[in-house]
Amino acid sequence: MFRAALRLSVSGARSLTRSRPQYTASVAARSYSHGKQETDEEFDARWVTYFNKPDIDAWELRKGMNTLIGYDLVPEPKILEAALRACRRLNDLASAIRILEAVKDKAGPHKEIYPYVLQELRPALNELGIPTPEELDIDKA
Amino acid sequence: MLASRALVRGLQSGFWRRVSTSSAAWVAHTHDVDVVDCSVPQYNNRLDTPLPDVPFVRNLSVEQKKLKENEKGSWTQLTKEEKLALYRLTHELSYAEMRQGSKEWMTVLGGVFIFLGFTGLLVWWQRVYVYGDVPHTLSQESVAQQTQRMIDMRVNPVHGFSNKWDYEKKQWK
Repeated sequence: MFRAALRLSVSGARSLTRSRPQYTASVAARSYSHGKQETDEEFDARWVTYFNKPDIDAWELRKGMNTLIGYDLVPEPKILEAALRACRRLNDLASAIRILEAVKDKAGPHKEIYPYVLQELRPALNELGIPTPEELDIDKA
Repeated sequence: MLASRALVRGLQSGFWRRVSTSSAAWVAHTHDVDVVDCSVPQYNNRLDTPLPDVPFVRNLSVEQKKLKENEKGSWTQLTKEEKLALYRLTHELSYAEMRQGSKEWMTVLGGVFIFLGFTGLLVWWQRVYVYGDVPHTLSQESVAQQTQRMIDMRVNPVHGFSNKWDYEKKQWK
């Protein structure tokens, strides 16, 4: 999912997030384990729908975000945008900034991911007035 | 126990320089009391939990309450300081602050060496003042006599001790 976007990105950096077999078409039956394997797009869509719930409450936002950060991946910008808008609906600026920090931390040694994510989120950040951790000088202790 | 906690806190804010907190934040937070209520959700600083269960500062002062009211409006109206204040109300440490190490290891290593050195002093004193004299058979002359006797007895003549003595030239090979 994030790798699909990275393939199309301008930076041309090598895909580094996760070594999994590449497949883009939706899958009916594969023989990995029993049951259907969820595609990247289905995963993204599920999470975007989760955060786009109009009356999402604070607990659901926290639970969703903490669960998402627990996965072995960096969330797609569209999921993060939905999460940031959920923060806006809950009037929670601190959580929005925290989400950006968590994304940068999640990228780990792959330093090109965070600037890409910020680049994709820039319109939403400007619209909602969310500062990046760098703008608040909390990215360096 | 309380005295050692005070010592650690003093070292943290002084020498180890790990956490930078304003005094207002220290006063306003609720979690660093000696009795923590574990039956309710607590605040925590964890890299894998970006949004903790409760905000760091729960008892808001009047200005902080006003800031929270402003948060309900458009965030583009807030100044950078206000946004930072809102972040610090909810979170004690930023990710960078969570990740930074401290100089505690220097204190630990220094303490270890100090105690090892003190132990060395004790061991030396014991050797000099507690232990008696060593047996006379360990003196130079006695050892020479023993060695000569071992050579005369042909101790381990094939591969060992006497094998290394040249009996013609009467010296070590």
